[in-house]
Amino acid sequence: MYRRNNHATMKSRTVQKSKTLTGTQVLMEVLKDEGVDTIFGFPGGAVIDIYDELAKTDIRHVLVRHEQGAVHAADGYARAGGKVGVCLVTSGPGATNTVTGIASAYMDSIPIVVLTGQVPTHLIGNDAFQEVDIVGITRPCTKHNYLVQSAEDLPRIIKEAFYLAQSGRPGPVLVDLPKDVVAGKLDYVPQEEVNLKSYNPTYHPNKKQLRKVVELIEHAEKPVIFAGGGIILSKASEELTELARKTQIPVTTSLMGLGAFPGTDPLWLGMIGMHGTYRANMSTGACDLMIAIGVRFDDRVTGKTEAFASQANIVHIDIDPTSIRKNIPVTIPIVGDCKTSLKHLNPLIDQIDLGDIHTKRKKWLDQIEQWKNTKPLAYKQEDVIKPQYVIEKLYEVTKGNAIITTEVGQNQMWAAQYYHFERPNHFITSGGLGCMGFGLPAAIGAQVACPDKLVVDVAGDGSIQMNIQEMATAVQCCLPVKVVILNNRYLGMVRQWQELFYEKRYACTGMDHAPDFVKLAEAFGAVGLRASKPEEVESVLKEGLSIPQPVIMDFEVDQEESVYPMVPAGAPITEMLLV
Amino acid sequence: MQEEKHIMTMLVDNEPGVLSRVVGLFSGKGFNIESLCVAPTMDLKVSRITIVTKANPPVIEQIEKQLRKLINVIKLRDMTGPKAVKREMALICVRAKPEHRAEILRIVDIFRCKVVDVGLEHYIIEVTGDEGKLTALLNLLKPMGIEKIARSGALALYREPR
Repeated sequence: MYRRNNHATMKSRTVQKSKTLTGTQVLMEVLKDEGVDTIFGFPGGAVIDIYDELAKTDIRHVLVRHEQGAVHAADGYARAGGKVGVCLVTSGPGATNTVTGIASAYMDSIPIVVLTGQVPTHLIGNDAFQEVDIVGITRPCTKHNYLVQSAEDLPRIIKEAFYLAQSGRPGPVLVDLPKDVVAGKLDYVPQEEVNLKSYNPTYHPNKKQLRKVVELIEHAEKPVIFAGGGIILSKASEELTELARKTQIPVTTSLMGLGAFPGTDPLWLGMIGMHGTYRANMSTGACDLMIAIGVRFDDRVTGKTEAFASQANIVHIDIDPTSIRKNIPVTIPIVGDCKTSLKHLNPLIDQIDLGDIHTKRKKWLDQIEQWKNTKPLAYKQEDVIKPQYVIEKLYEVTKGNAIITTEVGQNQMWAAQYYHFERPNHFITSGGLGCMGFGLPAAIGAQVACPDKLVVDVAGDGSIQMNIQEMATAVQCCLPVKVVILNNRYLGMVRQWQELFYEKRYACTGMDHAPDFVKLAEAFGAVGLRASKPEEVESVLKEGLSIPQPVIMDFEVDQEESVYPMVPAGAPITEMLLV
Repeated sequence: MQEEKHIMTMLVDNEPGVLSRVVGLFSGKGFNIESLCVAPTMDLKVSRITIVTKANPPVIEQIEKQLRKLINVIKLRDMTGPKAVKREMALICVRAKPEHRAEILRIVDIFRCKVVDVGLEHYIIEVTGDEGKLTALLNLLKPMGIEKIARSGALALYREPR
């Protein structure tokens, strides 16, 4: 939900001369014009010409070890840095390897542009070497995609790709570049404006609808704000915090929304959903008004939809009209950018008399406090390291300032539950697609975007092995990312489901033959550390985080620890398994 | 919730892959397509797609929103109801034994359709009309034996103000 003209389209150029350039030169011109400083990629036959030209520019190229890593890295770069992430890969297998990364960015609405090489146009459809119809393959998992058929179209299409990726509801855009097209010559005139007649996202909310929201807030006894990734994408955290504090409405977020509201604020309820906090889920069940902003009511959030916030009026603000009334019926739908909508809503609240808002909310907030005290997130640290303890210590040692990326599964949920995110853009996870192997390359991308920040990938022993090859990228590019492995020698989340719902039949989830991660780190030229006892956790973290190189920290944790609370799939979210 | 039949027409960029985006949306999201027509408009850069679909009202709302979200869809209109003219064409090959020939021609006359091919044992009948007319005609021809049928799917245009 980046603003329309915040970027290249605003630039005005006084002289508009055309010059004859090759497609590759034009590509570089447009990329520079779009402010691209980094490309994550992997070369190959169909993109040799582009690489040849790229090497002549000052755009940084991060050479990944697998194209999936390139896309996740671009994703992490976009989330941490608030810019469009760019990747460049070759045709055929290079292109197909990007699909998982693209699908993940699509589900999480992350602005990236994927440039894929393609065989020369006269060979398209011939089953040529390394030919694949990547535009066909990625049609359902990109916001839009293009096959560039002539060099003349190149500047317009690249411009459109960047514009589409970051405007409206952001998302990945793929541009397929046949080898002869980029090698061809054209008269290049820099494009000023993007002209897409059919694409016009609604940023400004309907005022009448907003006034109805104010009315609902005025009369609500038990209101809740439910915020999501849209707040982070549209940079609306400040406006959200203002709304919550002046109306004294408690806030929960989805996984994607963590950091949108300060995790230490008294109004913070914790995350909602399948592994949400007891108080967040109970508040949702009991509330009489839910203000949902920048969310899409994923099934992991709602559980049984009929029972979700069933006593509440629901206000839903989102820039994407298809998100509204897709899964949950709403009382007041508002199509608009989160930031713009909240900027309009906040002054309207000031115009009404909320009276002594603290007294008015006392009963509701007391009830929530009671839920918090009766069923807190808790575990008992005994002889074996508890994974939750590692995350709590990580939070303490980093003082909550690190950018945390995660893999997927238990590690992801514990990171979400026990690291209290104060600010947006500090929690980077594959939320919608739930893509194992995301965390390490995303950490690399985040580290590129924020070289001065501490970037930590919270991983499991299973998921880290899915893109472990990217350690080589981190070492080669001197990106000092830190990997915290919660090593339970299981595919833990699936094991947890097997324990709870399949009578402990642990079919194929044991991972007894994992590599020695300390030696593996050393083999990559990184540093490896291990903690086997609870008392070693803090010292290993302190040591590992202070080394200015890539570090893998292997924590041997309780093998059969599970993530709680847990809502069984399809149950109402107020029906939680607690321990 | 009761399923309703809706006819939607959209103007789209006349480019390769656009139809695939529209159709892929229906299959990917589990929406249903009853019929589909595509052809260029007077502006050769723009095509018109007409889709007949059946779903309950919330799903119809989703279909419309999802279609509008496609970058290549320029304009979309729900043509359901009396505000639009709707027509469908069919070519029907009907068995025409000597004893049925006169009866078939009478039906053709009543329905104001045309015989476009005649053989010893068959007629091919061209008919245009709304769905009700086509169904009525088919019911009448069925006893003679319908050999083959090709239907165009529905087309629709909004009525201009009088």
